[in-house]
Amino acid sequence: MSMIDGRAPERGTDDTKERLWLARYVAVLVVLAALWWTAYSCIQDAAAWVVYDALGLARESHIGASLEFFLYDTVKILLLLVALIYVISWLRAALNAERVRDFLAGKKRGIGYALGAMFGAITPFCSCSSVPLFLGFTTAGIPIGITMSFLITSPIINEIAVVLLWGLLGWKFTVVYVAAGLAAGMIGGLFMDSIRAGRWLQPFVLDAMKTPVIPLSGGRKRLTVRARHTFAFGEMNSIFRRVWKWVIVGVGIGAALHGLVPANWFAENLGAGEWWTVPAAVIVGIPLYSNVTGIVPVMEGLLTKGMPIGTTMAFCMSAVAASIPEVVMLRQIMTVKLQAAFIGYLWVVFTLTGWLLNALF
Amino acid sequence: MIIKVFGPGCSKCKETEHIVHDAVEASGMTATVEKVTDLRDMMAAGVLSTPAVSINGSLACSGRVPSKEEVVSWIMTAAEKA
Repeated sequence: MSMIDGRAPERGTDDTKERLWLARYVAVLVVLAALWWTAYSCIQDAAAWVVYDALGLARESHIGASLEFFLYDTVKILLLLVALIYVISWLRAALNAERVRDFLAGKKRGIGYALGAMFGAITPFCSCSSVPLFLGFTTAGIPIGITMSFLITSPIINEIAVVLLWGLLGWKFTVVYVAAGLAAGMIGGLFMDSIRAGRWLQPFVLDAMKTPVIPLSGGRKRLTVRARHTFAFGEMNSIFRRVWKWVIVGVGIGAALHGLVPANWFAENLGAGEWWTVPAAVIVGIPLYSNVTGIVPVMEGLLTKGMPIGTTMAFCMSAVAASIPEVVMLRQIMTVKLQAAFIGYLWVVFTLTGWLLNALF
Repeated sequence: MIIKVFGPGCSKCKETEHIVHDAVEASGMTATVEKVTDLRDMMAAGVLSTPAVSINGSLACSGRVPSKEEVVSWIMTAAEKA
């Protein structure tokens, strides 16, 4: 057999094994997708059954409503997370920081800001990577503005944020959020270049920028389905293990707001979007350290209780985009002037976003 | 064989260091594992995203926590080359 089609014997058996694996993989995937869909379509009924029939809580009670909401939202989000993280990771398995850098290195500024922000949205990286990443980008000759676009958008938009927003607040809100995050990054890049922010980097970074860096080849081979699956499964596993508790905490706070705070409480007590509430919310949000996972369910709670959409969005984006630990970390490569410009910019841009959205909706 | 683990010290980086130590033990090879936390060293090695692992100066992976089996296979390949 192997002589006829001209392949070495081991290669032949490897191929058959690989094909068998692929067939099994597809079959398992189809079954799991069907199960997932069934589970997803009966969460609402199941949550109501548990709360009102199994636990016997009264249908009109606050506690019953809160609990039903909590169960429904938690299960829905966890299901969405599992499925979508797998799918998204599968698709972007071949994308990494090195590739993005090489791709951005030759781009003109105008398009560069847009691409920088876009890659920021789709490339995941651990927040403690932001400093090496920044260095790697600037030493490869990428203008600081494009790097900034990447850096600003990256924490604001990621697949978890999109899943949560979509599941909790609907697709319209998700689109607005993503658009605002991308815009903040692009305008930020333009702003940083226009004030020539590069001169305010720490001296050692400026020195390093004079010597061109040797690009490392991080293995550019084509990925097989199996390699993609391994990557996607690993990502799903590690992200899920990291975020499930935050989903529960976040939805818990959201549920508490939902059932315990009277409707329109914010509108009645904090004013219905007075102009100063937006910059004030951003000032509170910037030093807070929060990731997207924790903040989105809280956002839902705030919105349903009458906090205006712009104020809510401004608060949440500023909580996610910057934090005291991040500022401390960036201090290694940025001088005080650059950090002031960075934080000042975030404050202004989120305030403007908030005002704009409050005026539009 | 010199294996370097790059990372400023977040939980993912620590996990990677653990895995690399386990992998060295499992492979039965002798290797020194170094933890690199200094920014300039990372920059010099061309590390963009952490955690990253390099073996004998060439980058094996970056931006993710590798599995133990993967690290063992890298060690084996590096040992064959040497």
